[in-house]
Amino acid sequence: MEHPEHVKHPEHVEHPDRAAAFVANGERLQWHDKSLWFVREKRDRASGVIPEWEELRALAAGIKAHTLSRLADYLEAFEAKATALGAHVHFARDAEEHNRIVHELLARRGITRVVKSKSMLTEQCGLNHHLEAHGIEVIDTDLGERIVQLRHEPPSHIVMPAIHLKKEEIGDLFHDALGGAQGISDPKALTEMARGHLRDKLLGAQAGITGVNFAVAETGGFVVCTNEGNADLGTALPRLHIACMGVEKIIPRAKDLGVFLRLLARSATGQPVTAYSSHFHGPRQGGELHIVIVDHGRSTILGREHYRRTLQCIRCGACMNTCPVYRRSGGHSYGVTVPGPLGAVLAPHVDPAKHRSLPFASTLCGSCTDVCPVKIDLHEQLLLWRGDLGRQKLVPLKKRMASRVAGWILVRTWAYLLLGSIARWFIPKLPKALAQHRWNDWGRQRELPPAPKETFRELYAKRRRTSGKAK
Amino acid sequence: MSDRSRDHVLRSLRAATAGMTPVALPERSFTGVRFADVEAQFAKSVAEVGGRCIFAEDAALESTLLQLPAYAAAKRVLSRVPGLARANVERAELRAPRETWNIDFCVLPGELGVAENGAVWVVEAGFSHRAAWFLAEHMALVVPARKLVHNMHEAYERIELGSAGFATFVSGPSKTADIEQSLVIGAQGPRSCTVLVTRGPA
Ligand code: SF4
Repeated sequence: MEHPEHVKHPEHVEHPDRAAAFVANGERLQWHDKSLWFVREKRDRASGVIPEWEELRALAAGIKAHTLSRLADYLEAFEAKATALGAHVHFARDAEEHNRIVHELLARRGITRVVKSKSMLTEQCGLNHHLEAHGIEVIDTDLGERIVQLRHEPPSHIVMPAIHLKKEEIGDLFHDALGGAQGISDPKALTEMARGHLRDKLLGAQAGITGVNFAVAETGGFVVCTNEGNADLGTALPRLHIACMGVEKIIPRAKDLGVFLRLLARSATGQPVTAYSSHFHGPRQGGELHIVIVDHGRSTILGREHYRRTLQCIRCGACMNTCPVYRRSGGHSYGVTVPGPLGAVLAPHVDPAKHRSLPFASTLCGSCTDVCPVKIDLHEQLLLWRGDLGRQKLVPLKKRMASRVAGWILVRTWAYLLLGSIARWFIPKLPKALAQHRWNDWGRQRELPPAPKETFRELYAKRRRTSGKAK
Repeated sequence: MSDRSRDHVLRSLRAATAGMTPVALPERSFTGVRFADVEAQFAKSVAEVGGRCIFAEDAALESTLLQLPAYAAAKRVLSRVPGLARANVERAELRAPRETWNIDFCVLPGELGVAENGAVWVVEAGFSHRAAWFLAEHMALVVPARKLVHNMHEAYERIELGSAGFATFVSGPSKTADIEQSLVIGAQGPRSCTVLVTRGPA
């Protein structure tokens, strides 16, 4: 796994470089930051009214940890039950196999028009492109997903795919793509336009593809949560329903759903539950149900002891909404399907060289860990990756040297104290041209703070002396 | 081929957890939030999720519904709750799910209601045209007052899953906030959701 320094990674783009354009527009950055913070605050209120919130999180984390330790057993139990209910269960090793299975199911039935409800897994597998290359029309029905699909761009958030767009931009898009009147930017009018458009597509669809939020080993069924009812429409109208799920979506018992449904929407959007939490057990009357269970790198993560907890994730997006870096750099800057703190710990498993900058797209403030409903230690995983990538020589030399120097200083009290006093004397006299030099990545967008007269140490010592006297 | 993939995936997962110390499946040690007045909390939750909750006598179901302008104006009404005079869409006349696209109002029985989030459990039970539930312009759910529970844990204790079919928790009307986080009611499914909590004759 050694990657020599001189090896170039052609598709590799560093997170800060991807974020540059987003960051350059200060007004949009502020707006994006505020939109997400608004959702984060809704989450705080929604979780605050549940007195047992912390116990609930611990229980959810425990159930997931147990399930992960026996994942294969639970999948087998699920498969047996689902099959008994009349569903067909397929296993796929990777994205290619997943795409092939779905395409064959459609092709064999001569299907050319498909509706999809939001699924990060199919997004990750590039299913749409695969099907479209075979002449199949795929319509994403979740409004946010449809918006980014019409713009030919990936979602920028796993729960709110179009959170990066302003209503005027969506109005322009609907004018161009759906023939709407020009200059409409009222969300209600735009949603109404999408309603008509999507209903046409739903009524004409020959198959519906959905993701899976939770699959229940005990019953052989699964649950899909949406606010728009698009998964329900997309599976009630056409005869064929294909549900795609990652191996980690399984939970043991029906009653565990009570735990996860209480956590999911509250963490995601601050709602007490989604408008529709639909339970599918077997195909609809006269219809067919196929469930595709996908590994695609998950067993590799499961085998990595220190990282396996990330598979507990229920994809609520709370870690993104709270992350100060995500909020100020936008989802597209991560260059992966799942952005934010979660994406930053998942992506390096796939290709550490390509995604080496992502674990550094964090302040390590720990806010992601605090909000995670299944208690994934996200900020610690981010730190772990920094170390691992450093050992693999995947961290740029400049950053590695800086860390090494900082590390050397921080373990030597005398050096730290000496440098501190030099800095306090020196920094206020630093010319701006030097502080914001183009070689100084950190300084470029910042003003220097005034240097404090006293250090914390001095202050602390003084307080101790005075409070000592008082006693 | 697909059998090979199945074995490969299961084998990889088993290999990945081979050396792991077993983790016990934890049990819930708390009852979950409970409310002094479960009916009042349910009504409050339904309103919070964009729906409307009305308490009614069993016998007064239709007259209560008629107070809703959408019901009074509806031309095509599908009901799975018996005894509504305005219900005029026969199940037998719907041959394919998409024939339910022009239903104005749909009335469904709810198996239970959850006070913490205003969700109502609706079960398909043999009726294949569930497309109507989501295509209808407006929806009403009828739940007996004695079937209200405090929280989702209690709900799952009463629900029977597993027999073939479709069932869903409906919490308010279809909605979206995908455009600049502004909440819009009536995204793709029903534009309104009224929950009638009924009390039988004492
Ligand atoms: S890591 Fe936690 S907070 Fe982030 S999406 Fe997953 S469950 Fe939600």
